[in-house]
Amino acid sequence: MDLANFLIQLLNSVQYGLLLFLLAAGLTLIFGIMGVVNLAHGSFYMLGAYLAYALTGSMGNLFVAIPVGAVLSLVIGWLLEKILFKHFYHRDHLDQVLLTFGLIYIFEELRSMLWGDDVHNVAIPASLDWSIKLTDTLSYPAYRLFLLGVCLLLAVGLWLLISRTKIGMKIRAGAFNSDMAQALGVNIVRLHALVFALGVALASLAGMLIAPLSSIYPNMGSQVLIMCFVVVVIGGIGSVRGALTAALLVGLVDIFGKVLVPQFASMLVYVLMALVLLYKPEGLFKQ
Amino acid sequence: MSDTLLQAKGLSKRYGGLLAVNDVSLSLHKDQLHAVIGPNGAGKTTLTHLLSGDVAPTQGELWLRGQNVSGWPHHRLSLHGLGRSYQKTNVFLALSVWDNLMLAAQSRHARAPYNPLSWMGHAANDKAVREGAERALQLTGLAQVQQIIAANLSHGVQRQLEIAMVLATEPQVLLLDEPLAGMGTAEAEAMVVLLHKLKKDHAMLLVEHDMDAVFALAEVLTVMVNGTVIASGTPQEIRADAKVQAAYLGEETA
Amino acid sequence: MSTPQAHLETLPRSVQVFLLLGLVALLAFPFAQQDFYTQTVTRMMILAIFAMSLDLLQGITGLVSLGHAAYFGLAGYVVAYVSPQDAGANWLIALPLAMLVSALAALVIGFFVVRTHGIYFIMVTMAFSQMMYYLFFDNKALGGSDGVYINVRPAGWGLDLENKWMLYYFTLVCMVITYAFLRRLLWSPFGRTLNGIRLNEHRTSALGYASFSYKLTAFTLAGALAGLAGFLWAAQTGYVNPELMGFHMSAHAIMMVILGGMGNVAGALIGAFGFEIFLDVFKDLPKIGNFDLGKHWQLWMGSLIVLVVIVAPQGLMGLLRSKKADDE
Repeated sequence: MDLANFLIQLLNSVQYGLLLFLLAAGLTLIFGIMGVVNLAHGSFYMLGAYLAYALTGSMGNLFVAIPVGAVLSLVIGWLLEKILFKHFYHRDHLDQVLLTFGLIYIFEELRSMLWGDDVHNVAIPASLDWSIKLTDTLSYPAYRLFLLGVCLLLAVGLWLLISRTKIGMKIRAGAFNSDMAQALGVNIVRLHALVFALGVALASLAGMLIAPLSSIYPNMGSQVLIMCFVVVVIGGIGSVRGALTAALLVGLVDIFGKVLVPQFASMLVYVLMALVLLYKPEGLFKQ
Repeated sequence: MSDTLLQAKGLSKRYGGLLAVNDVSLSLHKDQLHAVIGPNGAGKTTLTHLLSGDVAPTQGELWLRGQNVSGWPHHRLSLHGLGRSYQKTNVFLALSVWDNLMLAAQSRHARAPYNPLSWMGHAANDKAVREGAERALQLTGLAQVQQIIAANLSHGVQRQLEIAMVLATEPQVLLLDEPLAGMGTAEAEAMVVLLHKLKKDHAMLLVEHDMDAVFALAEVLTVMVNGTVIASGTPQEIRADAKVQAAYLGEETA
Repeated sequence: MSTPQAHLETLPRSVQVFLLLGLVALLAFPFAQQDFYTQTVTRMMILAIFAMSLDLLQGITGLVSLGHAAYFGLAGYVVAYVSPQDAGANWLIALPLAMLVSALAALVIGFFVVRTHGIYFIMVTMAFSQMMYYLFFDNKALGGSDGVYINVRPAGWGLDLENKWMLYYFTLVCMVITYAFLRRLLWSPFGRTLNGIRLNEHRTSALGYASFSYKLTAFTLAGALAGLAGFLWAAQTGYVNPELMGFHMSAHAIMMVILGGMGNVAGALIGAFGFEIFLDVFKDLPKIGNFDLGKHWQLWMGSLIVLVVIVAPQGLMGLLRSKKADDE
């Protein structure tokens, strides 16, 4: 593998990893703080993709659709938490698995009723529809670089939020010990709503950003959900740092795996997970 | 000098920046009750965890019946003769008193789980197990309530069940973590009588706040403050010890 | 489900009678009507075995696995691979082999998975079954996304599973044996310990039980029984594909067990039948105006699950118990 090829795969790995991070960060925070297993998290990713399709259709511009979609997702997430998810917090994990699995069915049906069952596409915005030449034969799509940049910005933004702001401190406290945080005066109800909405928005953003590169189809959440879970298990529940490390690891293993050993590529990530579990059954950065 | 059944050598437990137990050594002998006392947060429960194998020490060794059992998980220690009761009642709330004791007694006769013979017998009919459960039942005076679901027992009776379960595992060393916690006077007195009865065949460690019980039962006392042992000796020596008095100034004793 | 209650392990008289009547009905069924329904009921019985195998893990031991279908599907593939192109495999070899492979897979995966707890356990079981899914999906040599066909069903020793009636009664026998085995196991020393682990794992191991060994054994046994169901499924449908090992199939199993009620084996059996009946009913719903109710069966199924979890957490068996309690 020559340098240019290697660079391309590396970029792809980081891009995929960061995308997974957006999804996994929300999931791990929701697990860590509210203790909720949410199988429907993939549905939020799907929501983002369909929002990108619908909003770009009506607004004509992906760059406008994305922020609008993000805000919409925040609101939807906030509403879902208030109406539905907050009632799951004290249930045991089995209940949560079932309830959120039931939700997957319901969300799929809603999607079917709103947007139908056809496969859709979102065009890459004209301004980014070109490639950067790396060598005589290889070039890298500009949109992917844009994606990489945005994900990196979001990751850094999330990192700063968690580690440098007051809200972030409350989130970390909540992840570490919910009751203690509450006893120390944190408005836990509002914190939960915020974290959940944030999780939904991040998942949705991931879906919106990836929309121009992949097709938009029914049940697209399931596949990414599994990867998400693997990332959270490897990284450790409740740890954003863990989610980032694990997501990048998974990205590298998956992308390079597909290039080097295609028949076993999809298994490699699970082998990685198995290895981590042998030595650290609670993840690399367990709180 | 009776047999030394349990020996702790320089046990320490560190949690990040906090040294919960600092270089504690003690030994338990048959026919003897060794009490560990100290203010809240002294590290008594952590020490009990270290002795019972619930928590692995950061440093130090544990010897049980002459064998180095440092780092052994608690199920192995149990099979080797160590039994522990918990401060927070840890019985099977959904099961009856009898079923609790049966499960406890069964551990002494259990075959390996992958042995198909253990999949097919009827557990409730096993004679040896029934005898074990019956013994524990009689010893702790729970025969009257044996069919009652543990969740429906009064707190005091649940604490009795807590002890009974440990006894059903036929231990030689008994670690008792605040057995009198939350008990009324009559119940506490009955428990003290029971503990006294148990001394004869066991090496016992008692962690307690109830000073009347401690002084009635203990041959040896160890006093802990902030994870460290500040004094150890007979009850009279401890009562007279200036450091101990200083540690307890202002402390409300049960 | 949130409280660790004794799961109605001793079956109420009404349930025992119901099961007995059910058995009689199942014995007589093929004589009473056409072949189409015989196939449907065969499928229900196969799923009942699958559900009961999960109950061992989930209801009795308290381990919620989102990846149980891996062992179901794997067994089906074993049958497909050992079936010659133009003849049926010898079931006396194929059946034990399928169960053995499933058991081995469960043992290996269980070794990694059983060391985790709570949410981690749920997620890693799901992850490993997806791994299996991809292994088969991505490899043409193993059949790929198209799956593998079984041209002739297993046969041997006078038994020919091509014959729908023989398949039906063979499945019925397997189902009854599985039920009896698991009920016996429930009251065995092994079963009592698993129950203890479910109620309070910490105390159970403090009492001297090596809980890892117990959980791994349960995981492996459950895998083997799922393999039995997988063999029968392959024998019935004559076709296996990666979906049989996937997440949705695993969730299917969980829902059957929940619907019926966990922890007493009978609930899983009843739940399997009940779930399939609900599914068929939902899918056959008529059109009201422009709205095709049947097409949107997922909505009704999803709502049913949510309803059961919220209103009847101990499933159909639980409803029976509260009725019994009211009568007392």
